[in-house]
Amino acid sequence: MQLTREEEKAISGEYGEANAMAYRILVAIGEATDAQNLIPIKWAHVSGVNYNTIGDSGLNFLRKISEDGGRISVKSSLNPMGFDRRNIPDLPQDFIDKQLEITTYYERIGITPTFSCIPYEILPIPESGTQVSFAESNAAVLANSHLNLITNKESALSALASAIVGKAPYSDLRTEEYRNPTTEIVNESDIENELDYGLLGYFIGKTMKKSCTGLCNLSKKTDFWNIKSLSAGIGTSGSCGMFKIKESSKNNEKISFGDKEFKETKDELNTSEDGQIITFGSPQLGFEEICKITALIEGKKFTKPCKIFCPRSVFDKSEECGISSILQKSGAEFICDACTCLTPLIKKENYDSIITNSVKAAYYMKTSNKISVALKDVKTIVKEYSN
Amino acid sequence: MKIKCKKIVGGIAKGKLLFSDQPINFLAMLDLKTGQIMDTNHKLNNLALKDNILVFPNAIGSSVGAYTIFSLKNNNTSPNGIICTNSVDITTASGCAISNIPLVYIEKNNYEILKNHYEEKGKNSEDVLLDAENESIILN
Repeated sequence: MQLTREEEKAISGEYGEANAMAYRILVAIGEATDAQNLIPIKWAHVSGVNYNTIGDSGLNFLRKISEDGGRISVKSSLNPMGFDRRNIPDLPQDFIDKQLEITTYYERIGITPTFSCIPYEILPIPESGTQVSFAESNAAVLANSHLNLITNKESALSALASAIVGKAPYSDLRTEEYRNPTTEIVNESDIENELDYGLLGYFIGKTMKKSCTGLCNLSKKTDFWNIKSLSAGIGTSGSCGMFKIKESSKNNEKISFGDKEFKETKDELNTSEDGQIITFGSPQLGFEEICKITALIEGKKFTKPCKIFCPRSVFDKSEECGISSILQKSGAEFICDACTCLTPLIKKENYDSIITNSVKAAYYMKTSNKISVALKDVKTIVKEYSN
Repeated sequence: MKIKCKKIVGGIAKGKLLFSDQPINFLAMLDLKTGQIMDTNHKLNNLALKDNILVFPNAIGSSVGAYTIFSLKNNNTSPNGIICTNSVDITTASGCAISNIPLVYIEKNNYEILKNHYEEKGKNSEDVLLDAENESIILN
């Protein structure tokens, strides 16, 4: 990769150790992805906040970056942490202290503490074709596929490095060549709701070895919740960072997603018939989705505990509109700043099984938290678990 | 025998080859304390990465997997070196970069040579030398 003289100086430590570390990360990625040079980006979304996931090593790394003068040079937002900062739950004090310490370092680096995995629903979207740097796999896939933004499927560290340096290696999905699919998934099953879209996404991630996939026989006009589930599914199971809903092309290699593939995917993730608690929000719910659940549950009560994970700003808006109180009256509990995925709030000690409509939650609950999952779409959940 | 590879993160590592034809979601699958893969759907289930040279297609899933690699290194449970066989993804590259774990990429034909060597010698084969600096893997 070609570096400018300024970039060479930075990597040798002339602008501080944090800058040098950021450049070292970007150069390794440049080598890995055959980039010729670094290009400017306008927005970095950084993951690696939850103490449950980054642990003491991550905490120490962030402390060092913040002490070594690491400061953002572009707009930067932050992924969820382990719990709700304004409603601290009953967790070990050590966890709480370390989690808050991590957030202090990110704030010192200058990253806006959005604590959200859906930055695209809470911050203004830049103009079409803007280069950004999104870690958080659902956000990267959705940004490329639905918002006309340009990013690679970044890692927690590459997005942090790009937040500091304001640049990213020019490679892979950042180049036009890679954004045109040569392989396509042909949908041959009846895809209806957000759960079905999530399952399709999980299948795509698992099957597709390329950075961008075509997606045929699927309506372009679909609910945003469906697009979000599709993106989260793709991000969870694979390395693919973009889909394009399109007409089939003669020359493209084709992979079918029929009833058999649908069933196999569901059987892998749906590990329980029933669960002890309902969780919504992985990725976190946006305002529209909260409105949809409200419309379904209004006047009724959940028959099982129900946790709704959403960004603080989405909760505030729901509160202003009087929607959150309807949900709270129905027995739902809101948790801001966190997400179902790898939350320390749902542990094997307390729960054997959960009910959710999220394929991403199902995968991480099963694999990391060792908890069984009953996968049902939102309408079915409200129908079966309310009266 | 020497096999050519492409350097992504420099350094020299020694260890036994640990092969996986399946990708890895580092965040979801790894037990940080033991360095074992804990996923009943993965062929390396229960096997530890520690002290080995991990040969696998690429990482998948969570962007936070980069920190998992760093934690493994700090807990002394990381592989000594990593060889990617499909593509070197951003998660693995950045995780290895801050952990100083030598990381290389090998082309398909060289992967076949490596795999044959592994299958001939079995799991108890001698250590191989991964010399990322000189872009070569040295087999006994």
